[in-house]
Amino acid sequence: MQLSGRGIRCVRGGREIFAGLDFEAASGEALAVVGRNGSGKTSLLRLIAGLLVPAGGAIELAGGDGELTLPEQCHYLGHRDALKPALSVQENLTFWADFLGGERGDANLSLSTVGLDHATHLPAAFLSAGQRRRLSLARLLTIRRPVWLLDEPTTALDTAGQDMFCGLMRDHLARGGLIIAATHAPLGIDARELRIGRPA
Amino acid sequence: MTALGALIRRDVRIALRVGGGALIGVLFFLTVVVLMPFAVGPDLNLLSRLGPAILWLGALLASLLTLDRLFMADHDDGSLDLITMSRTPLELACAAKALAHWLAAGLPLIVATPVLGLLLNLDMVATGAVALTLLAGTPALTFTGMIGAALAVTLHRGGLLMAVLVLPLSIPVLIFGVAASNAVIVGPTPFGAPFSILCALSLVSFVIGPLAAAASLRHGLD
Repeated sequence: MQLSGRGIRCVRGGREIFAGLDFEAASGEALAVVGRNGSGKTSLLRLIAGLLVPAGGAIELAGGDGELTLPEQCHYLGHRDALKPALSVQENLTFWADFLGGERGDANLSLSTVGLDHATHLPAAFLSAGQRRRLSLARLLTIRRPVWLLDEPTTALDTAGQDMFCGLMRDHLARGGLIIAATHAPLGIDARELRIGRPA
Repeated sequence: MTALGALIRRDVRIALRVGGGALIGVLFFLTVVVLMPFAVGPDLNLLSRLGPAILWLGALLASLLTLDRLFMADHDDGSLDLITMSRTPLELACAAKALAHWLAAGLPLIVATPVLGLLLNLDMVATGAVALTLLAGTPALTFTGMIGAALAVTLHRGGLLMAVLVLPLSIPVLIFGVAASNAVIVGPTPFGAPFSILCALSLVSFVIGPLAAAASLRHGLD
């Protein structure tokens, strides 16, 4: 499986963010997108996720499931965690598993992997920022998708959480997955660097 | 189908929980209709003549009141991103969200109508007629209102724009809803004709509403 982009140009609100960007990532490979604030790291992830339309260039996934589009094979973990405060931890996770469909793992197992098995019936409103992030990670584990698009994935995670997350990313890569992460902090795994814009 | 069922269940569940907002609409409806007899005065004939119009106005304003939340919450917490990326067509997801909204916020209005009919001196038949027209007409309000809710999300403007966009679309529903109810109460025009048009308006909105809302959400991707 190979995800590649050629000559991508991104325009938002009439302003060019970046142009002529090429990247490539194969199965089992992680790509760390780095650059200054506002250089377009999040925009690149949203372009891959199909949440923005590129002003030029093309992004394609070779060797994936031919029946599905690229966004349907991606997990997008953004700044906003798509959790409903009124629903419990369990309900939030089950909803996304039911709604997103596809191949799914054991929800309870993923909750215990991210360390939330003691709080399954707690409303998400009571979770701390780090716990919300852990619950979002449980979504990535419960529904199997080959491409992970991670936007500042380690924010709010404590040291133990970051170690746990590194382990999860390694497992995902070992299964032939693919990770593209926008990050300022070191990712904690071997990753190729993709720099957007001038060096900081 | 499981995806849409899950979406409907989730939205209804959130709406019915504390702070969900489903009951705000019903409470508003109750307030408007309960206050009306005090404002109009104790003229029973006048009240029963105005009854259907008051109930319909109350229901229309109540459903507008809660509609702007339809996509806003999902947009703000990032759920809309995941819904857009999923393999469920956005049109169907929009229709499921509108259906859930109607179940949680529209259906209680219809259930409350018989009680409120008493306050407006409407007899059993008249109350039944109003409840039936509301049952046929409020889905049209939700599904056309959804277009405004989707635009409000993509244009980053809140409730004001919603009211300006949606009110003109809901006027035909109001006209034929009240006309059908009055046909039963006052006569002599037949009930069937305005009621059929009301049903037709609902059916048209089932098709146009989700398509227009999904197009608006896609266009406003950001």
